[in-house]
Amino acid sequence: MKNVIVIEAGRQELHYWLDLWRYRELFYVLAWRDLAVRYKQTVIGVLWALIRPLLTMVVFTIVFGRIAKLPTEGAAPYALMVFAGILPWSFFSSGLSEASNSLVNNERLISKVYFPRLIVPVATLAVAFVDFLINVALLFLLMAWYGFAPDWRIIALPFLGMLVFLTSIGPALWITSLNVKYRDFRYVIPFIVQFGLYVSPVGFSSSVVSDQWRLLYSLNPIVGVIDCFRWSILRGQNDVYLPGLVASLIVTAFFLWFGIRQFRKSEKSFADLI
Amino acid sequence: MSENSIIVEGLSKTYLIGHRRSGGQFKYKALRDVVGQEIRNFARKAVDAARGRQIVQGDEVEEFHALSDVSFTVKQGEVLGIVGRNGAGKSTLLKILSRITEPSQGRITLHGRISSLLEVGTGFHPELTGRENIFLNGAVLGMTRREILRKFDEIVAFAEVDRFLDTPVKYYSSGMYVRLAFAVAAHLEPEILIVDEVLAVGDIEFQKKCLGKMNEVSRSAGRTVLFVSHNMDAIRNLCSRAIMFEAGRVRQIGDTDSVVSAYLNRRSLGPQVIELAGKMEPANFADKVRPVTLKPLGSTEGWLIPFGDELTLELTLDVNPGVRQVELAIGIRDASDFELVTLTSYAEPTHLQVHGGLNTFRITFERLRLLPRQYSLVMTIGAGRGFEAHIADAASFEIVANAKAAQVNAEGIRGAILASTTITATS
Repeated sequence: MKNVIVIEAGRQELHYWLDLWRYRELFYVLAWRDLAVRYKQTVIGVLWALIRPLLTMVVFTIVFGRIAKLPTEGAAPYALMVFAGILPWSFFSSGLSEASNSLVNNERLISKVYFPRLIVPVATLAVAFVDFLINVALLFLLMAWYGFAPDWRIIALPFLGMLVFLTSIGPALWITSLNVKYRDFRYVIPFIVQFGLYVSPVGFSSSVVSDQWRLLYSLNPIVGVIDCFRWSILRGQNDVYLPGLVASLIVTAFFLWFGIRQFRKSEKSFADLI
Repeated sequence: MSENSIIVEGLSKTYLIGHRRSGGQFKYKALRDVVGQEIRNFARKAVDAARGRQIVQGDEVEEFHALSDVSFTVKQGEVLGIVGRNGAGKSTLLKILSRITEPSQGRITLHGRISSLLEVGTGFHPELTGRENIFLNGAVLGMTRREILRKFDEIVAFAEVDRFLDTPVKYYSSGMYVRLAFAVAAHLEPEILIVDEVLAVGDIEFQKKCLGKMNEVSRSAGRTVLFVSHNMDAIRNLCSRAIMFEAGRVRQIGDTDSVVSAYLNRRSLGPQVIELAGKMEPANFADKVRPVTLKPLGSTEGWLIPFGDELTLELTLDVNPGVRQVELAIGIRDASDFELVTLTSYAEPTHLQVHGGLNTFRITFERLRLLPRQYSLVMTIGAGRGFEAHIADAASFEIVANAKAAQVNAEGIRGAILASTTITATS
């Protein structure tokens, strides 16, 4: 028998996740489209993906390492420690800002065809993930430059890549759905990204935060992720603050659930509001 | 074969829309009023946001019923034509059917995969090549990569763009762009297909090709098709049954011929005399001239003008005693707001003399030979020394195809055929 579709007000899709799976090709195609057009009509093209994190690293190393003389993790070069923080942070921040505008940018698609809307923001995250992979390659070049060899802990890196993806997806979905309804968020997101860079331990080690505040500090989910990245890349020269990591993971899990829930709740009215 | 393919029961859709208070920007005399209104609006928006509701711009919020209590069924393999004026609810129905938006009330049961061609070229990206866009657009419309690969050559042949397949579509002519877009869409194979006005694109050859393709699609494999068009000939040719919408409700459903002729009759019964009061911009022009009414003369069918007949309008203006002469310009615009014909007294050596009180003018467009479609009238009124007012959408009329139109193949006309131009063989 053919499949029967029932459309009703407020009806939750029975086959939502199955539908998402059926539309996986659209996901690949959208991610591929964004990648393909990304550096069209630019002069240095994909080099932009390298220049941005490198310059951030240089500036932070000078400002926090040389001028403010903050401590690095163990014997690791300060620049490498900064770069290990930039890796997850730049994915998180670019993922957040691009996902949040993705629905509004794809307005014509949203208002003309049906597909599970979840595909659009997640596809932009996939694009940000490609930049992340380029940065990982750059990291290995930098490690070779500083003559800093990783140890067995580097095996954790792929899993940490997945972790930062999960950490980003929840807040990204939530803000994306809010941005469709209340365009105020278009102005809020650059703030979040800008403040987040200084609030999160990107340019400095999270150990500079005094112990009594550290648990509270770890409620920022990206703190635990950055600590894990440093642990994996810098041969465990920092010690991961365990209660903080647990707190970060709980916050991540909560946002993942909350983001998907909010997104699905508002998904059906996107076409009317956009 | 008599199985139901689409069952629609008690479908309604309500939108919230906001208005600016009428009277335009001149209404608020004091800053206090403006500030007060803005604060009220802000408070309303804040409350809406806090309750997680939609934010509506404007001073007053109103519920708008785009569809109310619509029920009908479509059998499998049937081609159903959907007719109705702009704003009658056709597009809303299609959007709900294709799951782009959700209904406020009611229920739809669909048997089979549904695809819609609400607008061709959805998801085309200008920076990508034709080849890449075929895959992109196909995926957007729900085709798998394998399906697209299998039909790739057919799509390219249909669109006639094989030479430019690896050129970014931003360098395509608009005709090529539309052909490629329609070609992808036409090769979809859903059990239920929704088509909205895609035939109004491309040149005449391509339109014929599209109609042929539509015919082929609907005849094969018992596919159900919903077809929306303002082109009554296309509806008559393609559809076995038709449904007419009016103000969000189903007005009539039945065999195509009776619905189409009922639709054409109802159209002509629309308001004959158009009230122009309040339509003028800027509104403060009213202390010189106030337009009152506009009505068609001579035509028995009101705003339905048979192809090749003349359109005569009677315009009444209420003129203030101080004003001695006025200028009038009237333009005919097509659906995309392009002005096709302009008739203006500015081009004449003498001004139109007026007296205080009501003045009537007769305006004639001779032998109006335009593509049989809907058009709107725009108007400019001048009162000397740079005083000018506009009426953007004074009235709309429709050119109706007839025997004369068939003779000159009117569907192929791109512009207006002027009465006084000639072509003669010189050797």
